[in-house]
Amino acid sequence: MMRALTPRRLLLTCTALLGVLLLVVFFSLKFGTRSISVYDLVALLFHAATGRTDLVSSDFRLIILDIRWPRILLAMIVGASLSVAGASFQALLRNPLADPYVLGVSSGAALGSILSLIWAAQLPGATPFGAFAGALAATAAVYFLGRRGGELDSYALLLGGIITASFLSALIMFLMTTISGRELRGMAFWLMGDLSTPSPVSPGWLLLVLVLGVAAIYTTAADLNLLLGGEQEAMHLGVDVVRVKFVVYLGASVLTGLAVSVSGAIGYVGLIVPHLVRLLFGSDYRLLIPATALGGAIAVVLADTLARTLVSPTQLPVGAMTALVGAPVFIYLLRRRMT
Amino acid sequence: MNPVEKAAEQQKTASTAGPASPSPPEPPRLSVDLASFSYAPEGGASLFTLEATSFDVRSREVVAVLGRNGSGKSTLLRLLAGTLAPLSGRVKLEGLEVSRLDLRTRAQRIAMVQQENPLLFPVRVWEFVMQGRYPYSRGLRFETEEDAAVARQALVEAGADPLRGRWMHKLSGGEKQRAVLARALAQQPLLLLLDEPTLHLDIAAQVDLLRRLRRVAMDRGYAVVVVTHELNLAAEFADRIVLLDRGKTLRVGKPSEVYEQALLQQVFGTLLYVEYTARGTPKVTFSGAETE
Repeated sequence: MMRALTPRRLLLTCTALLGVLLLVVFFSLKFGTRSISVYDLVALLFHAATGRTDLVSSDFRLIILDIRWPRILLAMIVGASLSVAGASFQALLRNPLADPYVLGVSSGAALGSILSLIWAAQLPGATPFGAFAGALAATAAVYFLGRRGGELDSYALLLGGIITASFLSALIMFLMTTISGRELRGMAFWLMGDLSTPSPVSPGWLLLVLVLGVAAIYTTAADLNLLLGGEQEAMHLGVDVVRVKFVVYLGASVLTGLAVSVSGAIGYVGLIVPHLVRLLFGSDYRLLIPATALGGAIAVVLADTLARTLVSPTQLPVGAMTALVGAPVFIYLLRRRMT
Repeated sequence: MNPVEKAAEQQKTASTAGPASPSPPEPPRLSVDLASFSYAPEGGASLFTLEATSFDVRSREVVAVLGRNGSGKSTLLRLLAGTLAPLSGRVKLEGLEVSRLDLRTRAQRIAMVQQENPLLFPVRVWEFVMQGRYPYSRGLRFETEEDAAVARQALVEAGADPLRGRWMHKLSGGEKQRAVLARALAQQPLLLLLDEPTLHLDIAAQVDLLRRLRRVAMDRGYAVVVVTHELNLAAEFADRIVLLDRGKTLRVGKPSEVYEQALLQQVFGTLLYVEYTARGTPKVTFSGAETE
């Protein structure tokens, strides 16, 4: 009965989730406007893995390796970032409904990256950095709006997030009307959350930032478990609350900035994935963080595959897919919390 | 086992080894020496002052802090917990100033039971109790067999063992308080602080909790300080009383030395009577009649 989390259980859970992720990626590579047989796909992957891409037809190589795979990789990075950011915000703000999108942090990141496009488009890495700065500022704003009498009030926090999001959206609309019309459609699509445009930053860098951000937050996993019971209690149990909050605040903002700078504001992933993972594996953050990263990758690859194939050949923005599922779940969680 | 833990363990065995013989006199575990505190906005007049107070708490002793709301009970408790540093004077636990201990060391020596705090996500009772082992673990802090054994022992001592598989948020007030006590015991502290632990409990649960507290204080050699509003329970279960009034420590002593009718009437601002039970314990009764 008194079975605490063991490294073995952690490893088993993550391996199982990794298996599911590989399966989802495989089918995401297979399905699309042009479907590819399992046999052809396996052959292609085998040749690609052994470096003999010359044996593959150039058609398949283009579709699978140059179009679908980069997009899937992006989806995995974005999904993992948003989910871990969501789980972190939930602990940091002591609010189970926290999510980068709901809190307006994604809007802050979007505004930051648009501003950086306007002012410093020629600088390398300007967009991700702008997104990170925007996420930091928005988190700080929401944090202060959500305080009442020195304590974080969960409803004031959600309202603060919604107000921040709509105010920032208005600013974004204003800025977008000043950007030339040619880019407007792409921008509008990007704001809805979209993975069809390749990232200006190489996937290697994105992966590195993802790993660093998640690792930083993971060092505080045991502390976050105690922080869920209140800051005072955590402090009496020996948690350095100030340090933990700082690390998580920074880490979650980096992850949100990373996700938004490559894919725009994909909503609700950071809300739904941590909740599902909690239902399946419990709420111990030492397991929750890696499981949520893998679960988020699975969820966004799935959502993007649906977005690509549902009304093919037209493509939906992936953010529309996640919002279609996420908004009702949010309402459900909110109502359950109020009763 | 790290050196601090070892030292604490040795001290504990040393203090529980012998029978409760009067000699040699044991040094007090917690000593409060002319400690004071003042809340003041920057450069402004102070909003509240806890005037210099002095008392000791020995191992196996239960001390109750009494006073009206706003008398400084919570401030005093925070000084004892080391989360506030005294403005003047000293609060020492086994000779070390508590506000200077680093967070982990402090959590290994002082456990605090606070008023109810809602949990964000569902947690099982044993997981909650296992949190008490946090100050002893390192890195990712996977719990060891020893941690599990200590937590199990704490569950038994707090009377929460039958609850261990249940969800924290589905417990009654009394059950929850036992789980909270178990987590504090799992910290294996030298000093146990409780902030109104009997609030919202029915009378049976109040008595049950205080009995358990007395027993673990005796068995484990803890020093216990309880802040409470329950005058009669304090008289029954506490060895000594610290009586606070508007930031002043009016009296420190055995219940029979502190429970004077005139003094209590003055402090609590209401008509009350002090009687003595057959066992010599003071008992406070209140008049239902309107005061003149």
